[in-house]
Amino acid sequence: MPNLIAGQTGDWEVVIGMEVHAQVTSEAKLFSGSSTTFGAGPNENVSLVDAAMPGMLPVINEACVRQAVKTGLGIKAEINLYSVFDRKNYFYADLPQGYQISQFKHPIVGEGVLTIELADGTTHDIGIERIHLEQDAGKSLHDQHPSKSYIDLNRSGVALMEIVSRPDLRSSEQAGAYIKKLRSILRYLGTCDGNMEEGSLRADVNVSVRRPGEALGTRTETKNLNSVRFIMQAIDYEVERQIEILENGGKIDQETRLFDTGTGTTRQMRSKEDAHDYRYFPDPDLLPLQLTQDFVDEIKAELPELPDEIKARMVSEYGLSSYDASVLTEERETAAFYEAASKGRDRKLVANWMSSELFGALNKAGKSLADSPVSPEGLGVLVDLISDGTISGRIAKDVFADMFETGRPAGDIIEEKGLKQVSDSGAIDALIDQVLAENQDKVAEYRGGKDKLFGFFVGQTMKLSGGQANPGMVNQLLKDKLKG
Amino acid sequence: MENYLNLTATQARTALQKKEISATELTQAYIAAAEATKSLNNYVCMTADKALEMAANSDKRIADGSAGSLEGLPIGVKDLFCTAGVETTACSAILKGFVPAYESTVTSQLWRDGAVMLGKLNCDEFAMGSANETSVFGPAVNPWSANGEVDLAAGGSSGGSASSVAAGSALMATGTDTGGSIRQPAAFCGVVGMKPTYGRCSRWGIVAFASSLDQAGPFTRDVADSALMFASMAGHDAKDSTSADAVLPDLQTALQASVKGMKIGIPKEYVMDGMDEAITALWQQGQEWLVEAGAELVPISLPHTRYALPTYYIIAPAEASSNLARYDGVRYGARVEAGQSLDDMYEATRAAGFGDEVQRRIMIGTYALSAGYYDAYYLKAQQVRRLIKNDFDEAFDKVDAILTPATPSAAFPLGVKQDDPITMYLNDVFTVPANLAGIPGISVPAGFSQTGLPLGLQVLSGAFREDTLYKVAACLEKQAGFTGQPPRHALAAG
Repeated sequence: MPNLIAGQTGDWEVVIGMEVHAQVTSEAKLFSGSSTTFGAGPNENVSLVDAAMPGMLPVINEACVRQAVKTGLGIKAEINLYSVFDRKNYFYADLPQGYQISQFKHPIVGEGVLTIELADGTTHDIGIERIHLEQDAGKSLHDQHPSKSYIDLNRSGVALMEIVSRPDLRSSEQAGAYIKKLRSILRYLGTCDGNMEEGSLRADVNVSVRRPGEALGTRTETKNLNSVRFIMQAIDYEVERQIEILENGGKIDQETRLFDTGTGTTRQMRSKEDAHDYRYFPDPDLLPLQLTQDFVDEIKAELPELPDEIKARMVSEYGLSSYDASVLTEERETAAFYEAASKGRDRKLVANWMSSELFGALNKAGKSLADSPVSPEGLGVLVDLISDGTISGRIAKDVFADMFETGRPAGDIIEEKGLKQVSDSGAIDALIDQVLAENQDKVAEYRGGKDKLFGFFVGQTMKLSGGQANPGMVNQLLKDKLKG
Repeated sequence: MENYLNLTATQARTALQKKEISATELTQAYIAAAEATKSLNNYVCMTADKALEMAANSDKRIADGSAGSLEGLPIGVKDLFCTAGVETTACSAILKGFVPAYESTVTSQLWRDGAVMLGKLNCDEFAMGSANETSVFGPAVNPWSANGEVDLAAGGSSGGSASSVAAGSALMATGTDTGGSIRQPAAFCGVVGMKPTYGRCSRWGIVAFASSLDQAGPFTRDVADSALMFASMAGHDAKDSTSADAVLPDLQTALQASVKGMKIGIPKEYVMDGMDEAITALWQQGQEWLVEAGAELVPISLPHTRYALPTYYIIAPAEASSNLARYDGVRYGARVEAGQSLDDMYEATRAAGFGDEVQRRIMIGTYALSAGYYDAYYLKAQQVRRLIKNDFDEAFDKVDAILTPATPSAAFPLGVKQDDPITMYLNDVFTVPANLAGIPGISVPAGFSQTGLPLGLQVLSGAFREDTLYKVAACLEKQAGFTGQPPRHALAAG
């Protein structure tokens, strides 16, 4: 049994389910024409509908429906041609209608699956129960005034997709991989920008522990986690807390908890007894959402190639390792950069150059791929120059460093610095002759049977050439001469 | 002035076109009539300046030949319709002082067609009531009376609308009908009230009571005026997802057409114990009139009728409990600062802002939607609603229209039913099924009670067949020849 946690009294299995709220990428809100732009001044993106003025009515934004369907297709889920918007009733100051329009019994997307890959190379299929569309609430600001709260309704009515997983996750590592993979797919699809700091993607995690093979334990729900690290920390803390309670003979309360980012711990937000009765019922202001198969098929036809497919292609067609392919497909932009840089070239060599040199340099400079001073074409040309023997791999590293620094093309740098690889056998012969002349004692030793000295002669010749001599030719010519 | 206030809208329109009167004169007469009948408490807000300005513009358009279909006709607006720049309260304390920045779709279409706005009319708080007694402004009073002493209910919820049209203080008026709120007061006040097919008139900008039942409609002095005003109010609105994109049938032709050969259903379930004898007699009379005009009577059964009221009193409060959640004191309307927490403020605001009947329905609705009760109440009610609709669907396979009484009684004195909500709810027994089924219905004044109070007959037709409705209504109107001026008409008062 994998992923068991050894406690004082025996092993525990961790069971995790996640509810991810992903803000739909759209110009306008789910049921009103207001803008969804992030960073607007307080209450600038608020319509009469968003503020729930008397007599105002919601009208579904078709663009958001398309995005939800697209997301469903991206996780190979069942698309429900019939879905219903319900009202989830509760009072809060930043919920102007006194209810959130959501989908309860009939969500737009049904069962799907997401495959995650862990560091050890194992893959796991995580079931997705459903995706439904719902409105976001506004924001309460409690720190602007000593006794009053301020309300910003810019987010009120923004479309969210709630993506609900099955309780298939078994460790914080899996949960981390799940949210990363989900984020990657959403970004490939362009249905959510995945920006966790801005709150475009946030997760509620349901955690319970049980003895292996036993029925599910009582779960807690930790709400509103907005980074991969916080998700993993919150799970680790909950697992530890729950095991400790259970091993001391205690009971887990089904409750909602909050994560404290400062301490990495969770604390009770409300107990089951305080849980709202949301009084869900179909929103009488909206007709059931009826989609046609043609509508779904049209969206399906426009689906971009997704990371799993691209990865499989990179492994089978380009001969990349599964690991390299994973790294290159995690982000849509990375895959696109790689495809452009490697097109018509040595695919494996480009992959190596990206994952070692380029990512290394970007990391060091604190830059993202989008800001890379080296373009896909620039990197491709550099690799070409290695492949055709114009420069050696060793020299190429220096050239790359210069390219990254100055943004100039590889050809110019090689030309200017005279870094072209020497492949002229006459010139290399002369270098070898000089090395052998200067090390006659070693030549004698070699000829006397000390084979290991061959490396020494190669090194000396390369050094003399300033690294520019073609290493293959140096090897060959040296062998011939030393036989001599 | 005398002539002006007695004109129907159709007659006034002709007089305006012929320049026998001006829109300004007509409007002045109505403003004066509203003043003269103040004791009826019909207007909760008069917009005389706005009315005169609109009338002046109407006169210009009449002069330059660009007059609309309702040009220069002064109308009153139920206070449930949001009117830009004019206080809109739904006759509730919780919305006192609320001035919308927007105009409801229905009223903006009326203004588009040249109508002149006189002011906002009294109604039950959030349209919840059958006697206009739940209004924070107090009840509208019926201009009719049995003995000239006791104030009678104008009906509800659109009491002010019915009363003002009957009393000559509005030529026409808008209403809304969720369970009979147009047809019942129309019957009580002796005017024509029509509830269109659900989806005909946009609900955008109308303070919501029960979204799946609410429908705006006209109050008028006769059937032709009703068709005229309805045509202006109706139409698809992209801002209301439940608005129907359906072509309006030819109503003018329908008004002239004969009912000859039409099949009129007479539902056996619309007989109530203790029903006013005059109403039973009038219903009988109505059937005879239609037969005389060449229609054929068909006995029909609407077997689930007796479940309509209980079904309605689950669904309407359930939707209302959610629709009224937005009146929380946070963004607009009244707020009562109390206690330390947000919940304290909510409780104090809503306790002070909502009247008893509204609070009762919020509680009923909240209960009906609660976990553990939803299936037994709300879901069951939706299933029964479907059966009621099926009853009508089957009936309209056999008949063109259905004739029923509009109300089980004539107008009753104000105050007598206030302590007994159930008796009050029974007022809507004949009108509620049409709302549940989404079909149109019209109440036509057709006779009098023993004590001289107006009584109405109700015609129901299939969805989107308002032409059929008006055809039968016009016939009844002609045959009944209902006339008479209520004792508290503006002309009597003035």
